[in-house]
Amino acid sequence: MESLFYIAAVTALASTVMVVTGKNASHALIYLIVSLLSVAVIFFLLGAPFAAALEVVVYAGAIVVLFLFVVMMLNLGKGSVAREHAWLRPSMWILPCLLTVPLFLGLVYALSGEPAQTAAAMVSPKTVGTQLFGPYLLAVELAGILLLAALVGAYHLGRRYLSERREEV
Amino acid sequence: MEFPPNIWSYVLILPIAVGMLVTALILVWWERRLLGWWQDRKGPNRVWPWAGGFGQAIADAVKLLAKDDWVPPFGDRLLFVLAPAIVAGSMLMAYVVVPWAPRDSGLIITDSNIAILWFLAMSSLAVYGVLLAGFSSNNKYALLGGLRAAAQMVTYEVFMALSLMGVVILAGSFSLLDIVEDQAELWNIGPQFVGFVIFLLAGLAETHRLPFDLPEAEHELTGGFHTEYSGMKFGLIMAAEYLGLIITSAMIVLLFFGGWLLPPALQVLVPTGLTSTLVGLGVFAAKIMVFINFFILLRAAIPRPRYDQLMSLGWKILLPLSLVNVLGTGAWMLWTG
Repeated sequence: MESLFYIAAVTALASTVMVVTGKNASHALIYLIVSLLSVAVIFFLLGAPFAAALEVVVYAGAIVVLFLFVVMMLNLGKGSVAREHAWLRPSMWILPCLLTVPLFLGLVYALSGEPAQTAAAMVSPKTVGTQLFGPYLLAVELAGILLLAALVGAYHLGRRYLSERREEV
Repeated sequence: MEFPPNIWSYVLILPIAVGMLVTALILVWWERRLLGWWQDRKGPNRVWPWAGGFGQAIADAVKLLAKDDWVPPFGDRLLFVLAPAIVAGSMLMAYVVVPWAPRDSGLIITDSNIAILWFLAMSSLAVYGVLLAGFSSNNKYALLGGLRAAAQMVTYEVFMALSLMGVVILAGSFSLLDIVEDQAELWNIGPQFVGFVIFLLAGLAETHRLPFDLPEAEHELTGGFHTEYSGMKFGLIMAAEYLGLIITSAMIVLLFFGGWLLPPALQVLVPTGLTSTLVGLGVFAAKIMVFINFFILLRAAIPRPRYDQLMSLGWKILLPLSLVNVLGTGAWMLWTG
């Protein structure tokens, strides 16, 4: 179990580094999928199979598909790789690295203290459901309203496009 | 569910994977014979005439292996090689949660309490294979096919999941063993008929079988997303299509037609032990075969819809219908307690 966790963690870290440093957008997205899948494995090993399955269905299966869809539509070629290459100069990395230092120190501090409680018990889908519609009901409702706003916005944009098309005809 | 699974699960993986690939190979020939029969012609019957022409399947496989495997130099080589493996691999992975016979027979790789979600996750990963195949070929027909596949499969995934929620509410579990055992008295096809129809259509679109094969649409897009593929890479894409056909039929049988169960009146006659395993396996295989033949009949009988018709059928009719189905089933369960 523990060795599986370390394999998944190393895969997640390595693929995420490849996402950030990659210059080819479609290859970077493939690494992003690998990263999400290895995070799903970690969820599974921690005893949360429901969260693991949703990670694959929602993030890897739906959201990144839309990213890839857009990349395909834009048809990025060698030009964009060269542009990315010009943007990602070595000096680019100085500020992000400095900014991550406090995060890293915080992580070291948190890990050096008491060993955190790892979930030994399995979290069943039923538990997730009762928790979401019990203590976390407000969060679910807020997310619902946010999605409704996004839906109305998307409809508005689509409608304007449709009415312009109609005038042309 | 226990983790790590016992050694028996590991033993089962190889025979199931090989068995499914061989079944896919047989189905290619079987489909051509059936289509021939329905269209008043003979179909492939010359190789091994004593076996009904079955040798054609083996000849086809040898031909695919021996063919020149051409990778387009203008495309994205890495993704082009990766794409067929993703399609076939994710489709094969879905078989992990299929219970082939009753619980005590142990003919299941793993009984997970997220089995349905696992199937949905694997079918959503298969989208990448099709999408990347279209994208990496760097060919306008392949790109159009890939774009169509992405939009079609993401759309139909949404209510493929929603149409199953009625079954999950009735059984109170995501585990396929629990769902089949819950149907001992009444198969889900009765109370969940709406869910069945939606799942059938979504399964067709998800495996992009005719009449919903718009990503390939050979009349308008040459070969769609696999235009540039040849040799065994094309063979893998072809195998994945039939693997998808088998898994979709298996899920329909498990979720709506009682899996390995006979009708309730006959099921009590089956003795327990090894006999129940063998009867269960046979009944399950026969039911799957009925649905595979039904899908082939659909291919022979129904013309392809237009792409916008397919999308508006999905968003405007099937999505609201599946939401109403979930709402109705939930209300019914609350009412009857």
